[in-house]
Amino acid sequence: MAQIGSFALLLALALSAYSFLAGLLALAFPRPGSERLGETARRAGIATFALVFLAALVLVICAFSDDFSIAYIFHHSNRDLPIPYKFAVLWSGQEGSLLFWSLLLGAYGLVLRLRHKTDVRLFAHASVIIAAVQIFFLLLLNFAAHPFAIMQGALPADGNGLNPLLQYPEMVIHPPMLYLGYVGFTVPFAFALGALIMKYPGEKWIHITRRWTMVTWGFLTCGVFLGAHWAYSVLGWGGYWGWDPVENASFMPWLTGTAFLHSVMMQEKRGMLKTWNMWLIFTTFGLSIFGTFLTRSGVVSSVHAFAQSSIGTWFVVFLIVIFAVCLVFYILNRSELRSEHKLESLVSRESSFLFNNLLFVIACFTVLWGTLFPILSEWVQNHKITVGPPFFNRVMIPLALLILLLTAVGPLLAWRKTSLASLKRNFLWPSLGALATGVVLVALGFRPWKDISYLYSLVTIMLSVLVALTVISEFVRGGRVIAQKTGQGLFASMVHLTHRNTRRYGGYIVHFGVIVIMIGFAGAAFNQDKEQEMGFGDKMAIGPYTLVCQSYTQEDKPNYGSEWAIINVFKGDKQITTLYPERRFYKASQQTSTMPSVHSTMKEDLYLVYEGQNNDTGRPIIKAHLNPLVTWIWVGVWIMIMGTIVALIPNAVPVRVTAPARVQVAPVSVGD
Amino acid sequence: MRRMSNLRRTVSAGVLCLFVIVLMGASDEDARFSQLGHKLMCVCSCNQVLLECNHVGCPYSDRMRGELAASMERGDSDDLVLQSFVQKYGPTVLIAPTTKGFNRLAWIMPYLALVLGLTTVVLIVRAWKMRPLAMPAGGIAPISGAELDHFREQARKDTEV
Repeated sequence: MAQIGSFALLLALALSAYSFLAGLLALAFPRPGSERLGETARRAGIATFALVFLAALVLVICAFSDDFSIAYIFHHSNRDLPIPYKFAVLWSGQEGSLLFWSLLLGAYGLVLRLRHKTDVRLFAHASVIIAAVQIFFLLLLNFAAHPFAIMQGALPADGNGLNPLLQYPEMVIHPPMLYLGYVGFTVPFAFALGALIMKYPGEKWIHITRRWTMVTWGFLTCGVFLGAHWAYSVLGWGGYWGWDPVENASFMPWLTGTAFLHSVMMQEKRGMLKTWNMWLIFTTFGLSIFGTFLTRSGVVSSVHAFAQSSIGTWFVVFLIVIFAVCLVFYILNRSELRSEHKLESLVSRESSFLFNNLLFVIACFTVLWGTLFPILSEWVQNHKITVGPPFFNRVMIPLALLILLLTAVGPLLAWRKTSLASLKRNFLWPSLGALATGVVLVALGFRPWKDISYLYSLVTIMLSVLVALTVISEFVRGGRVIAQKTGQGLFASMVHLTHRNTRRYGGYIVHFGVIVIMIGFAGAAFNQDKEQEMGFGDKMAIGPYTLVCQSYTQEDKPNYGSEWAIINVFKGDKQITTLYPERRFYKASQQTSTMPSVHSTMKEDLYLVYEGQNNDTGRPIIKAHLNPLVTWIWVGVWIMIMGTIVALIPNAVPVRVTAPARVQVAPVSVGD
Repeated sequence: MRRMSNLRRTVSAGVLCLFVIVLMGASDEDARFSQLGHKLMCVCSCNQVLLECNHVGCPYSDRMRGELAASMERGDSDDLVLQSFVQKYGPTVLIAPTTKGFNRLAWIMPYLALVLGLTTVVLIVRAWKMRPLAMPAGGIAPISGAELDHFREQARKDTEV
């Protein structure tokens, strides 16, 4: 089997090289027959996907058949590994995950090449660029991180097993989502660079890639938050985001991708920010590659990182090549990127997008700066330092609050210019609502002056209310206009309104999801925790809960042995649930892993961790965390996904009005 | 009797105050332990805050927590406690950069970038606002059909619901 996989990868490399070179020749030297050459390049690209798919399939079959003659399978699987995790073997190690990257790139390339008739020339350019990226990954797979390398010496009886941290249901879907996001940004990058190379007029490349970008961004959002949920559910420290370098690596392209989704509207509507958008998508793609480099090079230490290896150099060279190519074509063709309009007012949708983009890019820079500062420190001071959560929290929270403020303000500003009267009309009630929320919270016992984290928390909630009220007012105002025109009920009119401009109102739903998430984050200021040794019948009080240890025991399963406690949870005198915090010892990898047990409500999470046993008494040590509002984060993510799906639905055909004199002008007519 | 009652009340109040002060002291010490423990990393390569490291059999976290408690019992100041950890485990034991020397740059840079970025955006916006529209020398030139279509399309984009 290993030979089939190796041969498939080698052939895939040859075909992708052909796809690149033939495509390049056909585009660079047009002559009779070039079209046919271009067509062969397109087909070679499609065949590349088939071969990479074959290689991935072979690797999965090897995992299922416990073929430990392949080093990768030996290091990342074992006989007793449950079946779903045998699929996860594909992306759980260095070589396999690179193969997975290549597979997804091939799949995106396949869709692009099959849809080439939309715009043959632009798609041909994009296809060549995707082939170039594919060559890089196939070079890695064939010469630096070969997934089908054969074990030396005697054949081992069993494998080392999958990393225990990865043996969790979400790890079967989190990496694919994240990779779909990372890899997906190759497509808008390829179209942007293609459009720049061919001096493509207009915004067609943006129209073509709009849905790609949104889908990719949606996958990346899912991937980032699935990762957060996985950290919360598996790592057992009671948190969901630790500003780990690998977490940061996934967050950076998300930030610039989000900036791009906003600023691209300025190019579509007003023909502005063309250069900025071009570089934003180049940067986003570069950061996706950079994230892959961070995870694999070993330059930063992380709980998620793959083993340290030499492939970091490959990535550095690739990043330099990407930057150089982008820069050269930008310098050559920058005259095509001139803005078509001027900015008319500081109080306008255009300037709100400028500030929005600035904040997202500064946030990205800050994360990058904090992630790389230890390396910089080593260069300058000859010693590494740690840049941990306190740094990121202190610098990122103010930025996040400014972005939240713009989320409230931006959508209500009109394109070109907004009058003060309109501002007052749109913001008076939402602002009063936000202020009233603050007053009520202080009256209820919120003490923002006691700690900066309480202050941030209060401001976050107030700004979230402001955003929520502006979003609701947008829906209601637009809905009323349609209701007056069609005689439908308000809710039906709001649905109708959303269907007429899915992108705009889907975007508002995404904003609503963001504020629900932000409220969830605000809860972290009030986290509590307590640790205690708990024998039979021992009690621990935390917040409104009383925990009583009913029993503790051990268990032996084929894949792992475990110790766990049975904890009854009381609220007042009433037992509300029983929790089972557990600690597992995985036999194949000889590693331990915690399985926290969580009782979730919208108000708070009671999160129990089995810390271990006291060696003298044999009794378990239980750590209890009381984390307010965590469920809001996961609910917010679902709302964001829903909003993204709505934004992807094509608009309904607008109702044609034949008697303009009778048409009432919609007060929401400010575009999106 | 009344004098005895007053004395008893005074003694009770005194004992209560002492108890509260002792408890407050304990609570302050706990808070200080938590505060300092959250400024330190566990060095077992788990990348976690010292007080949040939950590895069974972690060779460092228990020992480091003990050292932190011992330093506090000795009456060391916060700076001295942190310095002793840096000397023993290296600068990576501190969870965030200090505000001294080169490390200060870590804190300054994001804010500097924000200020520079804001200034740049404001300047760009002002420059764009001031940019004059190109006007033909002889007044307003007649608009061609294609231009009119372009303007109509722009108006549609600007005003669509």
